[in-house]
Amino acid sequence: MFTVRQCHELDMSGKHTLIDKSPREATAAREIALRYGNQPDALLEILHDLQHELGCIPEAALPALAKALNRSRAEIHGVVTFYHDFRHEAAGRHVIRLCRAEACQSMKANELIAMVERFLQVRLGQTTADGAITIQEVFCLGNCALAPAVMVDDRVVGRVDAARMEKIIAECRS
Amino acid sequence: MTRVFVPRDSAARSVGADEVAAALAAAGFNIVRNGSRGLLFLEPLIEVETAQGRVAYGPVTAGDIPGLLPALKTGGAHRLCLGNIEEHPYLKNQERLTFARCGITDPVSVADYVKHGGFAGLRKALAMPGAAIVAEVTESGLRGRGGAGFPTGLKWKTVHDAAADQKYICCNADEGDSGTFADRMVMEGDPFMLVEGMTIAAIAVGATRGYVYIRSEYPDAIATMREAIDAATAARWLGTDIQGTDKSFRLEVRRGAAAYICGEETAMLESLEGKRGTVRPKPPIPALEGLFGKPTVINNVLSFSAVPFILAEGGAAYKNYGMGRSRGTLPFQLAGNIRQGGLVEKAFGVTLRQLVEDFGGGTFTGRPVRAIQVGGPLGAYLPAGQMDLAMDYETFAAAGAMVGHGGIVVFDDSVDMARQARFAMEFCALESCGKCTPCRIGSTRGVEVIDRIIAGESREANLELLSDLCQTMTDGSLCAMGGLTPMPVMSAVRHFPEDFDKPSRLAAE
Ligand SMILES: Cc1cc2nc3c(=O)[nH]c(=O)nc-3n(C[C@H](O)[C@H](O)[C@H](O)COP(=O)(O)O)c2cc1C
Ligand code: SF4
Ligand code: FES
Repeated sequence: MFTVRQCHELDMSGKHTLIDKSPREATAAREIALRYGNQPDALLEILHDLQHELGCIPEAALPALAKALNRSRAEIHGVVTFYHDFRHEAAGRHVIRLCRAEACQSMKANELIAMVERFLQVRLGQTTADGAITIQEVFCLGNCALAPAVMVDDRVVGRVDAARMEKIIAECRS
Repeated sequence: MTRVFVPRDSAARSVGADEVAAALAAAGFNIVRNGSRGLLFLEPLIEVETAQGRVAYGPVTAGDIPGLLPALKTGGAHRLCLGNIEEHPYLKNQERLTFARCGITDPVSVADYVKHGGFAGLRKALAMPGAAIVAEVTESGLRGRGGAGFPTGLKWKTVHDAAADQKYICCNADEGDSGTFADRMVMEGDPFMLVEGMTIAAIAVGATRGYVYIRSEYPDAIATMREAIDAATAARWLGTDIQGTDKSFRLEVRRGAAAYICGEETAMLESLEGKRGTVRPKPPIPALEGLFGKPTVINNVLSFSAVPFILAEGGAAYKNYGMGRSRGTLPFQLAGNIRQGGLVEKAFGVTLRQLVEDFGGGTFTGRPVRAIQVGGPLGAYLPAGQMDLAMDYETFAAAGAMVGHGGIVVFDDSVDMARQARFAMEFCALESCGKCTPCRIGSTRGVEVIDRIIAGESREANLELLSDLCQTMTDGSLCAMGGLTPMPVMSAVRHFPEDFDKPSRLAAE
């Protein structure tokens, strides 16, 4: 068995090539886990940071993560699949989250979502053919007084109507 | 240079506050990014500081700024001028104990916080024995604001009395209920109040570590809370030897990852331990065996946020407000199809009608109010005819409804209540932690049954099936996710039966 440190050194010593992608993912996982002192309770924080860096949580990162946190690979996998935030494949360049919880429904969020799906020719959870936009559902953004609400990457937009939505989409594509 | 306040609250930002701030900065004003006053229908609501006090304008867009500049220089007249916002009836008619400071201060300035009465409660608590702090909170009658309404003093006493080498304070900032945003507004607009409340709890029960579990849908709240914790630590209101005493408390923010069930307190603990957010059976209760198996205080953001006032002014001062066994105030959140949505803090006992009509001004669309969902996705749908109910835990329970976290979602007469009932089941199916069959499978069956009712297939038999299914979920679920999903479903059936009989009504017409 390698210690975490030894694994780290192995990677540093040149295993990391452009052809084989897994070392990059394993290295990122190890580095981020180390930032959190390899504390298993910080797993969600680690996964968020990893997804921020790699765009998704690749399978190839899980063994390294399991080892660093001293957890089984199955446990880590179980956590990744439990939470809606973590994805297996990278999203488009921008993610638009459309709120479909009750307060937004009362302001015709379902109709807004149907309109966006028709306009972009994708369903919730999918990415447009040009790779610019992934649309997703979300349940409440805490902007329920200014419904319907959407989140564009990390920014909430309120009182979204067709005109505002078109502008958002155009900005994502520019 | 003239100071102008432009909220950094994410609701204000969602309608252009950043663009307004940039335009004002370019025009040479000194910008302070404050919290929101909670009149969200007037956001972006900006205030200019004048010799006569703050003068408000709103809702302001970046495009309004050139025309507004002359008025802003003196706090003068303009069609968007709202005058002294504290005289606005929406604000003047509130009873703000918890939200007294939000929107007035710079949320991440310790000096501003202290200047506006901040840390007075903690200062007192630092000189008190833990049991006396617990007694003060008990005296206030404060009940948990996260939904269940459990007496906060009793919970703290259990943790205080438990012997352990380590105890924890965990703040539930998962705020998953649709129609709620008060926790978010505290964290973005007055985060030191939450820090103060949690630190008082830590001193009361003898805890030295704490976590704020914030949902990932709230990136602004996460960033502001982290900023506030760093600033409070630098000013020695957190960390080791707080204000030169021997008390220490280390506080950290942890992000959720989009799972409604992680608002349930034991699922939140699992998540804080880096695991799947599944619900733990009780007993053991978290007060005795909570985070990492240690005694843990878990409270909602608003519960902790009520505590600084209680310590500073005394439990009796807080208890003076309210009705029956619901003491103090609740920051209600007016949401959905409402003309004047926002935050309204009132003593318990205010009626739903006062909130929806007097403060809210009716629907946004101008059509009649038809249904109101109170207390989040697990709360009942009430018909407009029940608007005279007083907001009080017991009154609502007696009406088959719940106050919950104080979220009020208004629907106009275009709502289809069968669709709303279907959504409640769908949401339960999506967000169930999967532990109990009635919740996991029952909710999926529920969607199918409601689909058949909507299609007009064997209506009577399917309505009966739905009712049985709801009974099974109520009886056989470990937590309120499966246990209370029947509340929105059956309240919709009960109060709006005509919406579950569309095909036959259409045939009759
Ligand atoms: C499905 C479910 C979701 C919940 N979501 C939240 C939440 O988002 N925030 C919260 O404070 N409490 C939530 N609760 C209630 C918590 O389990 C717990 O009662 C509360 O955090 C205790 O704090 P309090 O006594 O201060 O209210 C939820 C409960 C259930 C069953
Ligand atoms: S009722 Fe649902 S969410 Fe609650 S423990 Fe059971 S399966 Fe999990
Ligand atoms: S319900 Fe959509 S933001 Fe809250």
